Amino acid sequence: MEQNFIRNKLLCLVPIALLLIMWEMAGQIAQTPLLPSLSTVIWEFGSLLSNGILLKSLGASFGRVLIGYILGSLVGLLVGTLMGVNKVAEYSLSPLISVLFPIPTLGWLPLLMLWIGINEALPVILIFICAFFPVAYNTLTGIKGVKAEYIRAARALGASSWYVLWHVILPMASPNIITGLRLEAGMVWRTVIAAEMFAIPTGIGALLMNAENLIRVDVIMVCLVVLSVMCSAFERLFLWLESRTTGAWR
Amino acid sequence: MSNISLKNITTPYCLKNVNLDIEAGELMAVLGFTGAGKSTLLNVIAGLTEYQGDVCFNQHNMNNIRTERRNVGYLLQDIYLFPHLNTFENVAFGLRAGGHPTDRIKDKVEETLDLMNISHLKSRYPKYLSGGEKQRVGLARSIVMEPKILLLDEPLSSLDPSTANNIRKELKSLHKRLNLTMLYVTHDLAEAKELADRIVVIAEGEIKQLGSAQNIFYRPVEEIREFIAAAIPIR
Repeated sequence: MEQNFIRNKLLCLVPIALLLIMWEMAGQIAQTPLLPSLSTVIWEFGSLLSNGILLKSLGASFGRVLIGYILGSLVGLLVGTLMGVNKVAEYSLSPLISVLFPIPTLGWLPLLMLWIGINEALPVILIFICAFFPVAYNTLTGIKGVKAEYIRAARALGASSWYVLWHVILPMASPNIITGLRLEAGMVWRTVIAAEMFAIPTGIGALLMNAENLIRVDVIMVCLVVLSVMCSAFERLFLWLESRTTGAWR
Repeated sequence: MSNISLKNITTPYCLKNVNLDIEAGELMAVLGFTGAGKSTLLNVIAGLTEYQGDVCFNQHNMNNIRTERRNVGYLLQDIYLFPHLNTFENVAFGLRAGGHPTDRIKDKVEETLDLMNISHLKSRYPKYLSGGEKQRVGLARSIVMEPKILLLDEPLSSLDPSTANNIRKELKSLHKRLNLTMLYVTHDLAEAKELADRIVVIAEGEIKQLGSAQNIFYRPVEEIREFIAAAIPIR
């Protein structure tokens, strides 16, 4: 059993190792700035880390993602819950959400640039929008999926409406809510990078655009690797959260 | 122990002017076809549905008393154990909702799990329980708060005959030990005869007959003859 596990892990590493070897060889053979070798990219990574540029850019993007994501998710959770438990809220807000939800997040960018200008609020609001709609929708779907009989059973056991909401409805809707959070965890990174590339002069996206202007493919590759790690880490955090909170009973 | 008195109970689309007195400590079976109003009758007593008329427990009018304050245990046909809570937490649910102290909850739940012989299941989630085990947990969840009245809505209908028989015995024993006033909805005449002190037959939202099993089976009123004939089990 354990041997199989180790063998499977090793099998996963083989294609990655092959890719890295081929990358290094291609870079060494090509000898062009358009295709830097793996060792050059690693060296550049160390350089960007030591001069603080990478951490500063990553910090700027991370801060925007965190604020926008937390606010968007919280408001989405609140609105989704309100719609899930209150018919008036559901009927009045559903059409609005149905119209706005399908708009791609980056479609808002030109409008927001005109309305609020190019400043720190722009990417935060964009990420807020990116997180809000899916979390609200998933929360509503999750709550609607809780059978009325569970609520009736809880009420019959003497639970008040608030107690039922906190201890039955929301926990039972949590798999849907967490799925919404997880799916958006990767998406918000893509959104912040796009916003920084087009409109904001700081952050990983801006660093990518500067590198493109200076034809620094090694810097672009460092940024792409860092982004891949950040997106995966965010998504894995929620996978872990999902297994911790719902793994035992789903 | 508590007696129940229902006066002129009417609900939208279902019960019509129902009057019924259930004595304290009595186990009354409620018989009737699907859609006759049996479950609605239980929902009225628990305060889970709107109704006109009066529901009294021990001569106290309960009309303005919310479900959580009626001190009624209710076991539904499908148990609806909360899937995100393990057996211990499912049984503790009502006590926690009522704001009881943690120590008392622990003692009370463990005592009830012992009573139902399910202490070994306390860490298991519902998806890992068999039908009979779920039924026992559901029953434990209903009696842990020491209700004066226990309402059971076809609690054994989804179980195999052997498990149903075991739980039926446990129910009878619980009824005696805890001195509960119980209303037991069933389709099964033999079950009603075995368990109940009296049987009430409901059809089309009205009480058609009330009395002992012998009285109901051998001298059914005209409107329920067909029901009795159809429901007598061939064993």
